[in-house]
Amino acid sequence: MLSTYSYPTFPYVPAPEQRTGTVRRHPVVVVGAGPVGLTAALDLAQKGVPVVVLDEDDTVSIGSRAVCYAKRALEVWDRLGVARPMIDKGVVWKIGKVFHGDREVYRFDLLPEPDHKIPAFINLQQYYLEEYLIAAATGTGAADIRWKSRVLSVKPQDDHVVLQVETPDGVYAMEADWVIACDGARSSIRKMLGLEFIGEVFQDRFLIADVVMKADFPAERWFWFDPPFHPRQSTLLHMQADNVWRIDFQLGWNADPEEEKKPEKVIPRLKAMLGETTEFELEWVSVYTFQCRRLERFRHGRVLFAGDSAHQVSPFGARGANSGVPDADNLVWKLKLVLDGLAPDSLLDTYSDERVAAAKENLLNSTRSTDFITPKSAMSRTFRDAVLGLAADHPFARALVNSGRLSTPTTYTDSPLNTPDTGSFAGAMVPGAPATDAPVEDAAHDAGWLMDHLGGRFVALYYAGPDPVPAAVADSMTALVAGPLPFAWHVVTDRRRDAGANALVDVNGRFAERYDATPGTVYLVRPDQHIAARLRAFDVAALTAALNRAAGL
Amino acid sequence: MSRLVIDNRLSRPDDFYEALIDTHRDLTPEQSAMVNARLVLLLANHIGDMEVLAEAMRRAREGV
Repeated sequence: MLSTYSYPTFPYVPAPEQRTGTVRRHPVVVVGAGPVGLTAALDLAQKGVPVVVLDEDDTVSIGSRAVCYAKRALEVWDRLGVARPMIDKGVVWKIGKVFHGDREVYRFDLLPEPDHKIPAFINLQQYYLEEYLIAAATGTGAADIRWKSRVLSVKPQDDHVVLQVETPDGVYAMEADWVIACDGARSSIRKMLGLEFIGEVFQDRFLIADVVMKADFPAERWFWFDPPFHPRQSTLLHMQADNVWRIDFQLGWNADPEEEKKPEKVIPRLKAMLGETTEFELEWVSVYTFQCRRLERFRHGRVLFAGDSAHQVSPFGARGANSGVPDADNLVWKLKLVLDGLAPDSLLDTYSDERVAAAKENLLNSTRSTDFITPKSAMSRTFRDAVLGLAADHPFARALVNSGRLSTPTTYTDSPLNTPDTGSFAGAMVPGAPATDAPVEDAAHDAGWLMDHLGGRFVALYYAGPDPVPAAVADSMTALVAGPLPFAWHVVTDRRRDAGANALVDVNGRFAERYDATPGTVYLVRPDQHIAARLRAFDVAALTAALNRAAGL
Repeated sequence: MSRLVIDNRLSRPDDFYEALIDTHRDLTPEQSAMVNARLVLLLANHIGDMEVLAEAMRRAREGV
């Protein structure tokens, strides 16, 4: 098979503590150097927490795997300064089309409004993504990625965890204050702790082929039900970087996975789809089945599960990596506050609460999509085919066509960290929601984005509109900045002149519109860019209470 | 004159679809067909408008 990518080999370096035979205590050990583990490690390292990452391999993801990365995951990576190469290398897209037979029955636009820094989606082979994350994490100097290091055992103690790690030089022990298990759907840490991973197995098989070709398909997600080239089954097409195309063929439960992977089986399927004259080369082929299941809780004492080790979804909707990265985003700031003694460790229970709620939402959507694509009964198939048959001429039926509801971020509606509204607000920026973007200019008149100023610490946004900022507001904010919790504030203003050093100019009114802001409105945004509270009028006592609440105090 | 609405009126289409499929859970094909027939009759009575029902019946049969 052709290869557009040369896999790097990361050097195995014996750990100093293995050489000397001393058992060291590390604040955080991350198990698994996939997208989720690397994101957690990068975030921790940037916050000044020394982190050890253990990975049993010594290279990046084999095959393109996750491919589709959604706006929210990219916003997390942008906060960490690593999204730019991903977006530059990846294929940006936002349109999805659904075909029944050879007829388009439905299309969707995942980001119909302008004025967002980050696109709706990119497609990028997972190996590139991991390569960029590894470079960024290593560049911090605070992330110690140990390749060829397999965890053999994990023993939770009252105030730490003991790990046995196997390397080419043998076995050594280490201790960790906290372990983040990002070791994937087959998580060995989960098995070692004897935790149940409960859910549904779907009786279907899918063939994934990565094909290198020059093709005229646009940068869109195309999904076919019952196409002429693959009757009775579905097919999915995505463009990736380097002229590589991802094609998924539904095969049915009775297909033989080993047989179906053989080029002599795969190539005729591709020729039927692409035509006899299209020149292509196979790069990677895999056959997968899928499951929808999760852990009941993601925190088990000092072991925290994130990504596929905590929840596994079917691929339709791109909700795997795109929910794992927000796990890391949600966890790391809380862990940092706990490590610094600024919040009680019960704050980490809210990691589980919030991300279990997100996992439920993702599992519900991914299960429904799978039930539509792989109907479980004859009647379910009849309804599915009826919906598809009506969809072209009946708009209502298009709303029922489900080829995957693509990943959107979860609003933590019921989180105990939210301060319930006392004022009346319209729009989507409810407590618990991920902050939405708006174009702003900073004090130096540099055009930028609101999201560039949120995250990493608590941020209060005081919307002044056309008015000056009252001195009492500035004084109170300054006092909060001097307080123990990491906190910053910005004035959002319409005034281009004399706006002040921390001003963000709402250049085209998008902030006021998207946040339903009127002069005096205050938003408190968490370090993971989710809304913690909003006030119609500045009130230092209310803002301070909201800040403490959001920190689990 | 009443007309059959073919634009979407379901505020949560995926919730409806899941409930519809769940209605048939664990039924034999004969039982499912009976459930569908009863469902059509119940909804037809609720609609009550013969013009609308005639158009729905025509559209349902078209192309099958």
